[in-house]
Amino acid sequence: MADYQNIFTQVQVRGHTDYGVTEGTNSEPRYNLTATSHLLGRIGDAQLGPLYLGWSGVASLICGFIAIEIIGLNMWASVGWDPIKFFGQLPWLSLDAPLPEHGLKLFMPLNEGGWWLMAGMFLTASILLWWVRSYRRAVSLGMGTHVCWAFAAAIWLYLVLGLIRPVMMGSWSEAVPFGIFTHLDWTNNLSLVYGNFFYNPFHMLSIVFLYGSALLFAMHGATILAVGRYGGEREIEQITDRGTASERAALFWRWTMGFNASMESIHRWAWWFAILCPITGGIGVLLTGTVVDNWFLWGADNGFARF
Amino acid sequence: MALLNFERKYRIRGGTLVGGDMFDFWVGPFYVGFFGVTALFFAFLGTALIFLGASMEGTWNPWLISIDPPPIEYGLQLAPMADGGIWQLVTICAIGAFGSWALREVEISRKLGMGLHVPIAFGVAVFAYVTLVVIRPFLMGAWGHGFPYGIMSHLDWVSNVGYSYGNFHYNPAHMVAITFFFTTTLALSMHGGLVLSAVNPGRGKTVKTPEHENVFFRDFIGYSVGTLGIHRLGLFLALSAGIWSAICIVISGPLYEGSWIDWWDGWKNLAIWRV
Repeated sequence: MADYQNIFTQVQVRGHTDYGVTEGTNSEPRYNLTATSHLLGRIGDAQLGPLYLGWSGVASLICGFIAIEIIGLNMWASVGWDPIKFFGQLPWLSLDAPLPEHGLKLFMPLNEGGWWLMAGMFLTASILLWWVRSYRRAVSLGMGTHVCWAFAAAIWLYLVLGLIRPVMMGSWSEAVPFGIFTHLDWTNNLSLVYGNFFYNPFHMLSIVFLYGSALLFAMHGATILAVGRYGGEREIEQITDRGTASERAALFWRWTMGFNASMESIHRWAWWFAILCPITGGIGVLLTGTVVDNWFLWGADNGFARF
Repeated sequence: MALLNFERKYRIRGGTLVGGDMFDFWVGPFYVGFFGVTALFFAFLGTALIFLGASMEGTWNPWLISIDPPPIEYGLQLAPMADGGIWQLVTICAIGAFGSWALREVEISRKLGMGLHVPIAFGVAVFAYVTLVVIRPFLMGAWGHGFPYGIMSHLDWVSNVGYSYGNFHYNPAHMVAITFFFTTTLALSMHGGLVLSAVNPGRGKTVKTPEHENVFFRDFIGYSVGTLGIHRLGLFLALSAGIWSAICIVISGPLYEGSWIDWWDGWKNLAIWRV
């Protein structure tokens, strides 16, 4: 039994590169840029590529490149263009949000927030274009757009942090800085300034869905691997024509906790848990400072915080 | 009743670790087994003790009920019931119930001819809990370092312990754990979304194949890990999140007592870029 726990692929078969289905009429060609990796093949598919770019992909990559250049060059400039210091101090370096006196102005001195605003604009454009790409790929392959809407949930949290809440608060200075330690400090200070985020019910929900997602993926991943000998990883086939893998997987949880998902519904649980994490998190951040000034006092008013 | 239409042929005897056929039966949808009995015993006793503690504490507000560990002064001794003894008993009951649950999962896995991935994965979560309430308090020499069992009180504990090491965001193992949590959620949304998008392509369209799934992800990000690989990856990410969470708390105190902010001075003073 110990030799079939399905942790690694033990025999790898190499054939021709799989170029995949070619449905969709308005697609630009894929780049024939492929490789195989033995190490990747140990856990998953060994094939890398082929690569598809398309106009939205190219535009997204260009915008993302510009954003990272602005952030990186600002950080480098802040240590006097010394490459050794750049790496030595990288965790502390930061491109900070605009100074408070600039409010929501769109034009301000570059080193008082102009670079930050520009980087944020290009990063946002890059992310939104990548979303367009996810949507167009799904549609041209004749698939549903579930991945795109999950991605949109993450974009919601990103936009709350960098755009929607700063606009509602009336100042770009409320937004998150670009930096390793500085964004952690920002997170920490948001909690301290607004009276302990653990008392924010939407923060509670967001954490529940974050931990819940880890729990669900551990349960689901482990269940599918455990019925691997019955072909459980062929989920689409198991959904459309239930086999013994689905039946055993379902009965395992039914006998364990009295309740089971189906091969399709477990993916609905997964999708909802994962997207509710950033959705509730975004709501929690958006209410902070705009509607609620102190979450601890709000908790005391509502009977769940004790002095 | 509680039987699914395909269930009867799977309800066969065997696969038990302890007790032979004695506890080899079902109640409604639940499998019992020897470890079902012990799990029920510990769960009932632990819950009753929590109610006892709540009655001694004087609040029935579910947000505020808290079963606190003994004060630090008791060290690693047994404490009086009213002064942390209940917490100690509840901890024993919790570990007994979680352990029973894991072994019950082993019996169910064996009965269904499945691998043992689920009980092993659950064991990682139990290990993280044991790290918090047994291993770390033991290493620090007092049960009082465990966390209290209460909705708001355990959040306060997390907050206070975090700040007593300066700022937990600067704890490198905490960074790794959070990264694994976020990555797990990202991967789960992509896996769930991908399967749903293949089998729900829209009204009037044909259900898609794993080949479509592969092509979507190769087009989207240049790589598709595949139908089997995503479950290995997801399990690895989720378990790593739990393991690194346990590491980040067990090193705070037993291994490192200062501020995690100052810990990074070591990075600043690396020979290559020290000025």
